[in-house]
Amino acid sequence: MMTTNPDTILPPQTDAGAIGWVKTNLMNSWYNALFTVVMLVVGILFLQMAIGWAVFSADWSAVTSNLKLFAVGQYPQEELWRVGVVLFMLSSLLGVTWGVWGGVARTFALVAIGGAVAMVILPLSMDDLSIEGRLWIGANAGFIAAGYYLVQTIGGAITPKRVIWAWLSSFFIAMVLIRGFQGLPLLPLVGTNQWGGLLLTFNLALVGIVACFPLGVLLALGRRSNLPVISLFSIMFIELVRGVPLITLLFMTQVILPLLLPESIQVDRVLRAFLAITLFSAAYMAENVRGGLQAVSNSQVEAAKALGLSGRHTMVFIVLPQALKAVIPAIVGQFIALFKDTTLVVVVGLLDIVGIGKSIVLGNVEWVSTQREVYLFIAATFWVFTYSMSYASRKLENALGVKRH
Amino acid sequence: MRLLWHSDIPLWHDARVLRATAQIVSVIIVVSIVVFAASNVLSAAHDRNLSLGFGFLSEEAGFPIAESVVDYDEAKSFRYAFYAGIMNTLKVALIGIVAATALGVVLGVARISTNWLVSKAAGLYIEIFRNIPLLIQLFFWYFGVFLLLPAVENAIKWPGPIYISNRGVFAVWASPTSTFGPWLLFLLGGLILAVIARFALVRVQALTGKHAYTTIIPLVIFSLISLLGWFLVGDTPLAQETPVLGRFNFVGGIRFTPEFAALLLGLVIYTASFIAEIVRSGIQAVEKGQVEASRALGLTEFQTLRAVVIPQSMRIIIPPLISQYLNLTKNSSLALTIGYPDLFGVGRIIINQAGRAIPVFALIMAAYLAMSLTYAAIGNLYNHHVRFVGR
Amino acid sequence: MGLKRLVLLMGLISMVGMIAIACSDDKDNADGDTAVVAAAGARLNMVKDRGNLICAGRTDLPGFGFLDANGANSGFDIDLCKAVAAAIFGDASKLEVIPITAAERGPTIQAGEVDLLSRNVTWTSTRDAQWGNFTTVMFYDGQGFMVPTSKGFTSALDLDGATVCVTSGTTTELNVADFFRQHNMNLNTVVFEDSASVYGAYEEGRCDATTSDKSQLAAIRSGFANPGAHMILPETISKEPLTPAVAHGDDQWFDLVKTVMYTLINAEELGVTQANVDAMRSSDNIIIRRMLGTEGEFGQSTLGLSPTFAVDVIKAVGNYGEVYDRYMGPQGVSFTLPRGDNELWSNGGVIYAPPLK
Repeated sequence: MMTTNPDTILPPQTDAGAIGWVKTNLMNSWYNALFTVVMLVVGILFLQMAIGWAVFSADWSAVTSNLKLFAVGQYPQEELWRVGVVLFMLSSLLGVTWGVWGGVARTFALVAIGGAVAMVILPLSMDDLSIEGRLWIGANAGFIAAGYYLVQTIGGAITPKRVIWAWLSSFFIAMVLIRGFQGLPLLPLVGTNQWGGLLLTFNLALVGIVACFPLGVLLALGRRSNLPVISLFSIMFIELVRGVPLITLLFMTQVILPLLLPESIQVDRVLRAFLAITLFSAAYMAENVRGGLQAVSNSQVEAAKALGLSGRHTMVFIVLPQALKAVIPAIVGQFIALFKDTTLVVVVGLLDIVGIGKSIVLGNVEWVSTQREVYLFIAATFWVFTYSMSYASRKLENALGVKRH
Repeated sequence: MRLLWHSDIPLWHDARVLRATAQIVSVIIVVSIVVFAASNVLSAAHDRNLSLGFGFLSEEAGFPIAESVVDYDEAKSFRYAFYAGIMNTLKVALIGIVAATALGVVLGVARISTNWLVSKAAGLYIEIFRNIPLLIQLFFWYFGVFLLLPAVENAIKWPGPIYISNRGVFAVWASPTSTFGPWLLFLLGGLILAVIARFALVRVQALTGKHAYTTIIPLVIFSLISLLGWFLVGDTPLAQETPVLGRFNFVGGIRFTPEFAALLLGLVIYTASFIAEIVRSGIQAVEKGQVEASRALGLTEFQTLRAVVIPQSMRIIIPPLISQYLNLTKNSSLALTIGYPDLFGVGRIIINQAGRAIPVFALIMAAYLAMSLTYAAIGNLYNHHVRFVGR
Repeated sequence: MGLKRLVLLMGLISMVGMIAIACSDDKDNADGDTAVVAAAGARLNMVKDRGNLICAGRTDLPGFGFLDANGANSGFDIDLCKAVAAAIFGDASKLEVIPITAAERGPTIQAGEVDLLSRNVTWTSTRDAQWGNFTTVMFYDGQGFMVPTSKGFTSALDLDGATVCVTSGTTTELNVADFFRQHNMNLNTVVFEDSASVYGAYEEGRCDATTSDKSQLAAIRSGFANPGAHMILPETISKEPLTPAVAHGDDQWFDLVKTVMYTLINAEELGVTQANVDAMRSSDNIIIRRMLGTEGEFGQSTLGLSPTFAVDVIKAVGNYGEVYDRYMGPQGVSFTLPRGDNELWSNGGVIYAPPLK
């Protein structure tokens, strides 16, 4: 006969620990349990298939043999040192940013150092990535660290404001270095038709971002202006550009722009693509900024007027900072979309990274069946950059205290 | 005007004068830019024989279009070719909108599921497909998947029969026969009876308080009448069309070309990731108190979602949803990179074969603007419908 | 307040400036006749000021326009551009080649962005009316079909119901539609903007056949993984005279380019080659001496060319036969295609140029 001691109560079922977690999160009802099982099965099968394909049967030679093309397109080999110098400059700035701010910059800096070191020890043949190339890339890790230690040693002289100015001017310095000038012996002209690959993608994106922001703010202000002509023109421009796809604008600038200018003015094809991308993004930016301007309450403007600030001062010092801060998620989202939209230039014949991929795969007999590998590589490259941007934007929002839905 | 001449404010400080001058100056600047551009265009047109009219639209097109919803052949006019292109765009856009919404809603709800695995998987999907540019996804689907399918002779066969090959997906389809018309009448009658039944049953349920099966009974009525009609009209109203391997391709059945399939798949997968985020934030924006109250009343999770959360979240979801629909429609213009003859692709061909860039671009822009204004109008209508009235 | 005044002042100045520019343009083009006369010589002056010739071509078709092992532009069409550059500057390297797709050929030359369009362009009456002035046929070709050998087709008439891959914006697109309609055959097409996708899709098996100028088909076939697995069907369904083109509105430039082309053809007729051109300057043959500018004139000064431009041209690229053989001859770097219609008229072909006198 079993005796149960009435004072002994069985312990409660665990809700803590690993088993508890599984219960609450995976199996808390019959359909959730079913989902979990199905997802585990599907997931494992898929991973098995994907990894098996990627490691064993996929032919990655189209990617590894053409790393230079993917990175810089048809940039002349003997001028590549200029791109290397630009990378050094940016790495040092990244190190300095890490030293001054920490946080997100630290994450990026550490990832960049890891990436540079990985490129050095990557198990590729010497043809694909020479010793020289590896050293140029690996040295960036040193530059990042150097920037960081510079801040540690000098400290106070490097203010956040100066770092921001440094970033802005580095953009222009980079453009000058990469483009060069006609006839200059040290920096001969490398025309935009020789830029390609990631170099072209970044150029298009950065110029677009830098140019579309002020233009977008101007358009938004113009839309709200009291002068009917400016307001009408801004509204028409914004609605027209937002209503058509970007690819239409790209083709229009390629084909119609030469007709709009007199015959003696020739505009570079890459410049035309810049123009289309900038105008397109400016219209979307204008709408985002307009939302922000509407969010600033009128009392701010009234208080500024009461204090005697002129219209221009009110706009620049009171209204715009609050408006822009309110729509930072939307603005950064727009920048990310712009970066993704630069891929469209392949349709007008420019060789950005997608164009290079396409011409490698379709133009070379040996790689004509490696479409999947090449496009997956390009997709992964893009994903790394866009995910980093959205990660940075989330951290920026948290730091600025912007609330998000 | 009196004030102007008698005021103490000097002319260049007077706000009204400055405003008027600014307006005049801006008008002159805008007009001179337009005149400059237009004169260049006109001189180029004159020198190089570019005509700017729309008369060419009635000329014979002469070029083939790979697939078309309407009945197009090379002898028809440019105008008809452009119309075929517009129809193709609408076809992929409308099907894409429906599919993307379905997938997006599923993903959005999955994203906030209490099941950790499901929620993380949905999150992974969203993060991956949102961040990769659409063009790369399209290239991957078309060149990397659909074109690499086996040739028609070795097509993959699924039950149906559905054949999958690199010439497209061929599926069994139903085609209307001569008795289709009368059967439609039966369907219509069944529908009317079912609707009447539903109204009646709802009234009965409201009056008596007893459950009156307001959904099942009308459905049963509709199905019975359709079935009755099927047998009564004589020959079967829908004949089964099975794809059969001909000399070059399968003949019969319904066909989805690889171009259309890749475009649709790419657009749907890409747009669904954005729609998922919109749905997620809409659902999360409904106050927690609502959910708690409904659970306190004894509603299950499904019932809460269906009756309380989703209706309230619609207000937040619909406007960005409509702008995503517009994005999908505009993104369909990438079709020309993978060979699908949408409105933009056909427009480009017309520019080449007719030699007129400016008029055709104007037409293309007008078509897209019309579509975007339509979407905007629908959005405004909805916003007006659900706006908070009063106060 | 000071800033506002400054802005207004700048606005007024720019407004005046804009009106001035707009008005000056209007004056130049107000009168139709003066527009044509004023434009004569304009293109040549623009080219000379710029310092190089801008040519629209391609970089992806073996034999006609491709990038050689050093990444330099080469090919039959490119050599024609080099000839014009050599004629103007004495230096064939003063050339910039802009690669464009088939669909961009018309708009590019219409907009006047490039000086010369040399990119397998078929001369048709519609294009002559719309795109620009077509100089002189440099390659007589015809459209054909390429099919996989394994399918067992022997004639284009076997293709009823077939799927054909074509490049958008070309005469091939129109011709294949006409051919199938004429013979009451069903046509399914797959159309891409860039020819690389077209031939890629054909090789994958997406279509049963592909169609283009037969020379292009030969070029593409040589680049396939297994050239022997594809064959070109015997029928030639159209005339495709490939001709370099210039924009409308500048007669002098038009005549200049034509004369350079005539020089290449006449040089082969007269036996002047890249190797012997210097020796030929003092040849016994009066016609040769006149062509090379040693004595007499045949219009060089009216065209704005130097008297000995022919020497520069032949030194740079050779005569017509040498240009052809370099890429498509028995020792051609790209592939071998018998000259056929592209022989000189005296050898049974159709290549004929007016005399240079």
